[in-house]
Amino acid sequence: MKTNDICEKTLADMEEGDKARIVKVGGVGAIKRRLLDMGIGRGEVLKVERYAPLKDPIQINIKGYSLALRVSEGRLIRVEEIS
Amino acid sequence: MYRIAVAGNPNSGKTSLFNNLTGEFQHVGNYPGVTVEFFEGFAYFRDLKFKLIDLPGTYSLTTYSQEEVVARDYIINEKPDAIINVIDAGNFERNLYFTIQLLELNLPVVIALNMTDIAEKKGSFINALRLSSILGVRVIPTVAKKGIGMEDLKEACFETIHKHIRPKPLSYPHELENALHKLESVVAVSSEFTGHYPPRWLALKLLEDDEHILKRLDDVESRNTVAGILHDVKKHILAHSGEDSQTAVVEARYGIASGIFRAVVKLKQISGKMFTDHIDAVVCSRYLGPLILLAIVYGLFAFVFKISDELKWIPLFNGDWVSPVGLFEHFFEYMGFLAKEHIGNKLLHSLISDAFIAGVGGVMCFVPLIFFMFLFIAVLEDTGYIARVAFILDRVMRVFGLQGKSILALIISGGLGGGGCAVPGIMAARTLREEKDRLVTMLVVPLMNCGAKFPVYAVLIAAFFSHSRGLMMFILWLLSWIFALVAGFTLRKWVIKGEQTPFVMELPIYHIPTLKGVLIHTWYRTWLYIKKAGTVILGVSVILWAMMYFPRIDSSNFETARSGALRELEQKLVNTKYTSLLPLTEKKLSEMQEEFSSFPAYLEYEKKISAVKIDEAREQLLNSFAGRLGSVFAPVSKLAGFDWRDNIALIGGFAAKEVVIGTLGTAYSLGSDDEGQRSLSARLAADKNWSPLRAFALMVFVMVYAPCFVAVLTIKRESGSWKWALFSTLYSTTAAFIIAVLIYQLGGLFF
Repeated sequence: MKTNDICEKTLADMEEGDKARIVKVGGVGAIKRRLLDMGIGRGEVLKVERYAPLKDPIQINIKGYSLALRVSEGRLIRVEEIS
Repeated sequence: MYRIAVAGNPNSGKTSLFNNLTGEFQHVGNYPGVTVEFFEGFAYFRDLKFKLIDLPGTYSLTTYSQEEVVARDYIINEKPDAIINVIDAGNFERNLYFTIQLLELNLPVVIALNMTDIAEKKGSFINALRLSSILGVRVIPTVAKKGIGMEDLKEACFETIHKHIRPKPLSYPHELENALHKLESVVAVSSEFTGHYPPRWLALKLLEDDEHILKRLDDVESRNTVAGILHDVKKHILAHSGEDSQTAVVEARYGIASGIFRAVVKLKQISGKMFTDHIDAVVCSRYLGPLILLAIVYGLFAFVFKISDELKWIPLFNGDWVSPVGLFEHFFEYMGFLAKEHIGNKLLHSLISDAFIAGVGGVMCFVPLIFFMFLFIAVLEDTGYIARVAFILDRVMRVFGLQGKSILALIISGGLGGGGCAVPGIMAARTLREEKDRLVTMLVVPLMNCGAKFPVYAVLIAAFFSHSRGLMMFILWLLSWIFALVAGFTLRKWVIKGEQTPFVMELPIYHIPTLKGVLIHTWYRTWLYIKKAGTVILGVSVILWAMMYFPRIDSSNFETARSGALRELEQKLVNTKYTSLLPLTEKKLSEMQEEFSSFPAYLEYEKKISAVKIDEAREQLLNSFAGRLGSVFAPVSKLAGFDWRDNIALIGGFAAKEVVIGTLGTAYSLGSDDEGQRSLSARLAADKNWSPLRAFALMVFVMVYAPCFVAVLTIKRESGSWKWALFSTLYSTTAAFIIAVLIYQLGGLFF
């Protein structure tokens, strides 16, 4: 049960300060390609820096730089939390 | 002369590097058919001349965004002699991903490893020589802002061109290589398909589902063979890696990038957070963030209008001080004075003063405003703050089909309720990279209460709502936002449809902008505006002027009336001390005005003459094309409470909204018996055909209807087509009419 939970988590479920490893990038077409181009790929580790004042978009740190993306896009990114 | 393209990620310091290499002498290249702009400039190395082309900054070379298409088409079709790829050393891995895509094209690339100073502060040290030997291209460490490495870079370009240096081929994971080999062999057979593309690159693009390349395939004879093999290899990749072929290609590139990263970068642990993290912790925080944003946006607004229009800080020859806008106004007033003095011909004088000077001059007076607005925005852009604005406000603006950065455009257009202008507002929409969001923003921005609408509100409020001025202004301000947001929502839902543009945006580290960089961009954008004023705007001014001026009426009746009044005066002067002045002429009288001023008969004469003049002007206006148009619309406009005079004013208001008041002033002073003594407000308040309701309907109509033609032309320029300019005019005028009719008719039930 617990392992299943972890697999189903997406970036949008992460909290400020959490670190996570990307399991799979979903979506299609332009959105998916854009995420991939920005370095969001399987196995990559990211850190949630903060949420915007209205809880959306999310600011993450990946590959040593800061990236903002919407919660709806965050839901396309399956992650597993790491401590 | 060699042509060298400068390519790289946004925020890689590409523009700084370009500015530093080329100096001040740049101009804008126009790529046929697209609105993406890029700069061109020249650099010199020994006795050689390089022509540099600054391509739009992109993260990739797909077909999903216009910028990427422009950059890649230029690189492939124009075949520059060399490409300088600017890499942000502090963001090495992701920048390398773009480099790999360039190298795949097997072109002469030189790498400028930029901002090495900041990267080293961050704790990452890159071995440039090692990088060079891995990739097979020259790598030059640079700090473009300080001009470090520029000579070496030019030399590397020269060497790359002369020694024919080409990158080493990159090797992908085994599975991908197999797929590429198979595709390459079928692709290479058909020369009509390969054209000037390398077959291996084509094979890669096929695996990436590249739209442009797939389309090319349609016209190729061997398309079925290629499609068959493509299908097979894609299936194989999916089975093997669990991902589609596009993802596999991207992952392979990032795999290469991280391999290189490990080979050439030495990381040192740096204690503590970076400067940028500290700022973001404050600037993007929950409560303080929005407050700081508000303060900066208000600051932008106040700064732009204060320094360009309110503060008088430029000395004149006569010892007066004026604002920059005032300086332009003075200049055009003086031109008007010259025209009056030296042009005898009535038609020519009216053309020069009413169309050329008033039209083009009116537009030129915006130049300081535009300049300072762009100056401020360029600074915000170059520091990296604009990206934070988008980050903070995206959630709110998205509800209305806009996005975070749209807020700037709305504020500049008058969103704070104290002046503003849609023209710089529309131009400010440039900070939005996403085509659809940009378009919606441009269409919505003219609904804000710009400075030109204020005189209209002021006059009507003074006439009908003098007891609740503040409240009325507040209502109008609120309405403008409601209309803009509803319009944004509606346009996005029904007109500019399509999936929401992904909002995946880099938050670059903060930089201190360079004066040179800021000035170059500010000046370029301002210059575009000036050029427009001198060409298209001049043309439209002349048309609008002609509509109000032609056809001329037969003025002989009025001539007779005038000379009759003159003869009458002469009769009365006989046997007074003025006898010696007889016979009188109008010219003589106007020269001796002061002396006559206390003479009762003269005062009576003046009264008559002004009545005749008013009658003539009224006849003339009513009879002009604009007047006829106003009368034609009268039966329809009656629904909103407007008569023919309002219609003329509104037609004139298309030139500039201030004109509405000017024209109403003319139309109402015409034919009244008070000799223009009373103000327009007083006159309207006394007119029994007017009511607060009609005034309110008119104010709302002025707020919403067609943007002034300068704004429309700006929309045309910025969107790249007349379609949107025309659409903007039509949708807003229709909406304005419907709203005004609703207000007038429904309001009529209650008041």
